[in-house]
Amino acid sequence: MIIELGHFALVLAFLVALFQMVVPAYGAHVRDSRLMSVAEPAALCQFALLLLAFLALMQAYVTSDFSVANVAANSHSTKPLLYRISGVWGNHEGSMVLWVLILALFGAAVAAFGRNLPATLKANVLSVQASIAVAFVLFILLTSNPFVRIDPPPADGNGLNPILQDPALAFHPPFLYTGYVGFSIAYSFAIAALIDGRIDAAWARWVRPWTLGAWMFLTLGIAMGSWWAYYELGWGGWWFWDPVENASFMPWLAGTALLHSALVMEKRDALKVWTVLLAILTFSLSLMGTFLVRSGILTSVHAFAVDPRRGVFVLAIMALFTGGGLALFALRARDLRQGGIFAPISREGSLVLNNILLTTACATVFVGTLYPLMLESLTGDKISVGPPYFDWTFGPLMVPLLLALPFGPFLAWKRGDAYAAAQRLAFAALLALVVVALASVALHRGPILAPFGLALGVYVMAGSVSDLAWRVRLGSVPLDEVWRRFTGLPRSAIGTALAHFGVGMLVVGVVATSAYREERILIMKPGEQVSVAGYDIAFRGVAPATGPNYREDAGVFDVSRGGAAVTRLEPARRIYDMPPEPTTEAGIHPGWRGDLYVVLGDPQANGGYAVRVYFNPLVRLIWLGAVAMFIAGAISLSDRRLRVGAPGRARRIAAAPAE
Amino acid sequence: MRRALSALVLVLLLLAGAGAAMAVEPDEILPDPALEARARHISSGLRCLVCQNQSIDDSNAPLARDLRLLVRERLKAGDSDAQVTRFIEDRYGEFVLLSPPLSWRTLLLWIAPLIALLIAVWTSVRAWRRRQAQAVRAGGAAPLSAEEEKRLAAILAERETPTPPDSRPQ
Repeated sequence: MIIELGHFALVLAFLVALFQMVVPAYGAHVRDSRLMSVAEPAALCQFALLLLAFLALMQAYVTSDFSVANVAANSHSTKPLLYRISGVWGNHEGSMVLWVLILALFGAAVAAFGRNLPATLKANVLSVQASIAVAFVLFILLTSNPFVRIDPPPADGNGLNPILQDPALAFHPPFLYTGYVGFSIAYSFAIAALIDGRIDAAWARWVRPWTLGAWMFLTLGIAMGSWWAYYELGWGGWWFWDPVENASFMPWLAGTALLHSALVMEKRDALKVWTVLLAILTFSLSLMGTFLVRSGILTSVHAFAVDPRRGVFVLAIMALFTGGGLALFALRARDLRQGGIFAPISREGSLVLNNILLTTACATVFVGTLYPLMLESLTGDKISVGPPYFDWTFGPLMVPLLLALPFGPFLAWKRGDAYAAAQRLAFAALLALVVVALASVALHRGPILAPFGLALGVYVMAGSVSDLAWRVRLGSVPLDEVWRRFTGLPRSAIGTALAHFGVGMLVVGVVATSAYREERILIMKPGEQVSVAGYDIAFRGVAPATGPNYREDAGVFDVSRGGAAVTRLEPARRIYDMPPEPTTEAGIHPGWRGDLYVVLGDPQANGGYAVRVYFNPLVRLIWLGAVAMFIAGAISLSDRRLRVGAPGRARRIAAAPAE
Repeated sequence: MRRALSALVLVLLLLAGAGAAMAVEPDEILPDPALEARARHISSGLRCLVCQNQSIDDSNAPLARDLRLLVRERLKAGDSDAQVTRFIEDRYGEFVLLSPPLSWRTLLLWIAPLIALLIAVWTSVRAWRRRQAQAVRAGGAAPLSAEEEKRLAAILAERETPTPPDSRPQ
């Protein structure tokens, strides 16, 4: 019954979205405020209905209602509660419901918090947002309905893939979708502005927090996926340039560019046309990611390849929204008046450079991902585009970006002083040179360029510290004055510095772990010992164990360093009950120098086990860098909360005595 | 679900493969570390043909193991790195190379980043010039008169301590 209620709510949500798409847009066209004002309750209602549908599905998963085909295919009664919940989005149909739920959540948020938006803009934004919902809810209802019953119901379900039964992966999709779908708001604002033919700095002030929010979640979502791959797939890889990964990385690159160009638009009223285009492209790339993954064109050789009707449907949605958006852009972009001028060496100039390099990088990933598909469909030739291609193309694009990055915050708007900026970066540059020298002397192995890579990361980190130090005038005023200045800094300035610091951390982590990874692959018998990166690892033996829905053989490894016990690692080989699939659980000891990573392999004929021991130096900086970016985004958002889109309140605050 | 789907692929491959074993096995490793290092380097550029964008160095599929052994055999026989790669390519086709060699078919792939960069730079410069010209025409960037210069100097002199340009909220 509840399932039918959820199904019904989904159909109703479709109708409400249809209404929300048509009526407010018409109202905006004829300037009828009553027609425009229905957008708000419609958006809230649509969200409530989709939430109902989602909860209905979740209820079926939690109670293991196997009369629902989707639950029977993807869940199992012995699964722990967390994975029964995350199982809702662990499959195509359920994840689409989550997708539209988040879409509606963003629409509802605009309706609820957008009280100060101009009426026509708000009506148009919610109408465009609803049009996306119409397309995707229709997609769910016609091709991927999760509410279908089966009769007779099976005694138990097929289970969720064991490799997905993991806390990081349980929360990875919601974060990723919040990122993807969050960019729909930027898209809707761009389309609404084009329909209106009017766009100004206030528009950018509106779009930026939504973009920032989406970007934060996408950053963390990608990082979680990478983190999961690192510890779960059992060889310590964290990024594979896999098309599926690239599908999420492209919107991230475009979204990062959008964040920066919207900043120029907000402050200086420049780059308007470009920002609007970028907003359309960013969401289009999110849609393309959805298409690539759900159409089955990337995975066509595999058994679970989805129904081709779905691929065609998503392709149609993508073509409609991308093509429609770009067509509207082509028609209307000329009407947008451009604002402020600036010298090439200026804050604006540095942000333009950022956009040039990020969009080129995004285009590179795009070409690298789609070229093999295109070539195969045109000529039938099959080629592979793998990590070496991206190392050769994407890598070099990042070097100028990272070199230029610390300059940006030191340059003034309109006209900056590159020489003065360089002076302020002298400390960072000096530190980078020290790193090159130390790394070259101390580490005799690894690629020749690796010390420069490390130095680049350190330079970016030190540059953002210098940025803050300069703003608070560290060293030139007394410390209490420094503190006063620090607390007086706009939070967005702190956010910028922290985000850039996170980029530097990420670079250091990537370079260190790629270039200086240590590895031992050997057969160990109980009682034997191996040394890696200063750790002595003694293999004690293997003990069987049983979990809630799996059995495992856990190896016992005692780790010591210079005779002192450090930890005991228990990497395991697991077999899940349903579906009966093997996974490996790595034993990881995180240290400040890096991770010790032990994997238990197959038993050997002589009574030993294949054992892999890795030392991944500074690998955690990769994810900590992403976390720093997430926190930085949150700090910036907290700064903007009062001002953004709340001119009334901001004015009241401005009128009050200065803080 | 992108990541999850790729995981699904991996799981299917695990099933297709030989249980929960991973990548290079201890029995494959060559006694000569230099030769082994070369083998690893070559392997990381060869695609596991039954996997999704995985190198044979990372994959546990039986085919990947066969290829790894083949690479090591050729190295032991005294082949150079290029010869080994060539040998594998001749047997399995260009698809096996993770870094597609430059040819007329892949020319566009390899120069695409450069083209994209040039387009981006060219568009930016053109837009900037046009904007600059417009502003001059509109009189926005007209030089200051002597009177204005004097007033500007007076205003600047009034400010005792110049604050950093960005101490205001951005």
